[in-house]
Amino acid sequence: MIAALEGPPIGWFDLSPLLVLLGAALVMLVVGALLPRWPRGLYAAFTATAAGATMVLAMVLWDDVSDQGARYLVGDAVTLDGFSMFATIAIAATVLLACLVTDDYLRREQLDGPEVYALYLTAGIGGIVMAMANDLVVLFLGLEVLSLSFYVLAASHRRRSAGQESAIKYFVLGGFASAFFLYGAALVYGGTGSVRYDEIVAAVNTTLLVERKDALVLAGVALLIVGLAFKVSAVPFHFWAPDVYQGAPTPVTAFMASAGKIGAFAAMLRVLTEALPQWRDDWRPVVWTIAVATLAVGSILAVVQTNVKRMLAYSSISHAGFILVGVEAAGHTAGEADPSGGVAASMLYLLLYAVLVMGTFAVVSLVGRTGDDQTDLDGFRGLGRTRPALALGMTVLLLAQAGVPLTSGFVAKFGVISAAVDQRSYAIAIVAMLASVIAAFLYLRIMVSMWIVDAEAGDDAREAVRTPLSTSLAVVLSVGFTLVVGFAPGWIVSAAEHATTIATAVAP
Amino acid sequence: MTVEFVVFVCAAAMVLLGAVGVIVRNHPVHAALSLVLTLFGVAVLFVAQEAHFLAAVQVIVYAGAIVVLFLFVIMLLGVDRSENLQIEPISVQRPLAAIVGAGTLAMILLAVVQARDAVRTDSGLGLDDATVTGDPDSNIRQIARDLFSNHVFAFELVSVLLVVAVVATVLLSRRPDKLGAVDSGTSGSSKVSGGVR
Repeated sequence: MIAALEGPPIGWFDLSPLLVLLGAALVMLVVGALLPRWPRGLYAAFTATAAGATMVLAMVLWDDVSDQGARYLVGDAVTLDGFSMFATIAIAATVLLACLVTDDYLRREQLDGPEVYALYLTAGIGGIVMAMANDLVVLFLGLEVLSLSFYVLAASHRRRSAGQESAIKYFVLGGFASAFFLYGAALVYGGTGSVRYDEIVAAVNTTLLVERKDALVLAGVALLIVGLAFKVSAVPFHFWAPDVYQGAPTPVTAFMASAGKIGAFAAMLRVLTEALPQWRDDWRPVVWTIAVATLAVGSILAVVQTNVKRMLAYSSISHAGFILVGVEAAGHTAGEADPSGGVAASMLYLLLYAVLVMGTFAVVSLVGRTGDDQTDLDGFRGLGRTRPALALGMTVLLLAQAGVPLTSGFVAKFGVISAAVDQRSYAIAIVAMLASVIAAFLYLRIMVSMWIVDAEAGDDAREAVRTPLSTSLAVVLSVGFTLVVGFAPGWIVSAAEHATTIATAVAP
Repeated sequence: MTVEFVVFVCAAAMVLLGAVGVIVRNHPVHAALSLVLTLFGVAVLFVAQEAHFLAAVQVIVYAGAIVVLFLFVIMLLGVDRSENLQIEPISVQRPLAAIVGAGTLAMILLAVVQARDAVRTDSGLGLDDATVTGDPDSNIRQIARDLFSNHVFAFELVSVLLVVAVVATVLLSRRPDKLGAVDSGTSGSSKVSGGVR
């Protein structure tokens, strides 16, 4: 009577990046609970090793899919292609850098324990699943794994009430956004009869053209965009970002700004271009409007802040606007056999920005000193005299964020703007260039504070900025990457193009 | 008069009595328990429709988890107070509730009338065949097969979500004072070296 259940083929090796991250998190929690406290730094080293292994495995799989072609895994739940492996590498890199910064942070704040690192790993899993998902349900679960980890990470410093407050704000607003996303997914399911991206595309020809249930799908698309735009902190869904970025512990802020953006933008690109290409003329104007609003509001409000973490939060909103320019460019040719450069440019921007923002917040974390609260512009005063090397690194990172040539920021901005120009979206390209000019003023303000502003009485009484080994390593790595990509961008641009070409080959 | 009809009448009476009880009881605990009656009645109606899985989920999730949560919150806020229902915090509440109630009733009636006349189409995309004659568990079996084959990745992902929840509970429920005070110098560092996890 009861027939044996035949599950779908799993493809264990194809899932190995996820399995390594999950295994590392579980080992750290279980072994960490059974054994006495590990020696200092071992939790971070273990997590960084797992992240490094994930990057290597993702590169091996990338090579594999470029030979064998992209494929669906575990009953079509996730896609293994160049796009998802590119996102995996980027997210694993942010986990690695975050570990380096967090180790010193926890030491300085006299905290320790495996939980924060385990949450980095689970957040990484959530982000990777979002990038790989071929199913709105799987995407939603990835989104929740990522978001729940972030809520807890924001509150992970139990003695800072600012962190608790930011976690509650993020949790309430984030829950609201998740509900929007879920309602959108339900409406798309109601309109098309499936939650799988490829089946949604196929449903247009069989169901929608016959029965005209289009309105349901359009409402669903709108709500999906609201949910994802919240996660990438695009205007007008950005109100949480400055408060949360300012309140959360600085290494966590860095991780949120990098891994969170990669996951959410990868999901947005995949949903819009792979699941909903037939509605591209409907969602592209929406993305256009959001992109312009995000660029304008992010750049202008960033300039008037006095707290550096808050400034960088608005700057990250403005960067989200740039990536949305790339998404808009991808919208012109979504679903066609010959894709535009929009997807590649957006993914490249995400990787380069993630490394940049990680390094920038690493410096902010050091300047925040014990207690993590000296993040006003005044805290940076005189850094050029006391810690010239650190100030120089910060200057390079800020110049890159502003998009100065010979840094990775220029490569990233040039990529999205030229993708927009290729699609004749001249207006949005001009807005993006104006926004980057306005935003440059904010980075200049921080540089002026570091190098030019005179010392004031009482500056010597402040705690000195220390440069511990692992955070310095994180800063050196990100500055190095920034300059290498700035001077020789060819290899990474073609890598991003190669990755996204494999992705679109799988789309029906 | 078939057995099915008797079951329907009893379950419907339970549902209605419970629903009325939720709004006329003054004591919040009694109101919450009336809600349990309604939810059980709905579960019986599901069984009568041979939707056994829905019935079980109805009892476990709604009558179990959600009402327990309600009771938990009521107990937390003080179980002895019975609310004075004459005081209205928002003055338009009652007329608004009447309008929403009448509107919902009208919508349901309209839907029932429409459904009576509608032509039946086979556009349902859920289970292939909700109930197989002679196999009372067929829909549960189909849901299980679907869950553990087509949606096994999502199912496993939920376990990751639960891991995050466990870690979050451990991290957030530790008492801050045992983590060492940051401002009070020497006493803080000595506490940290004690090592509390």
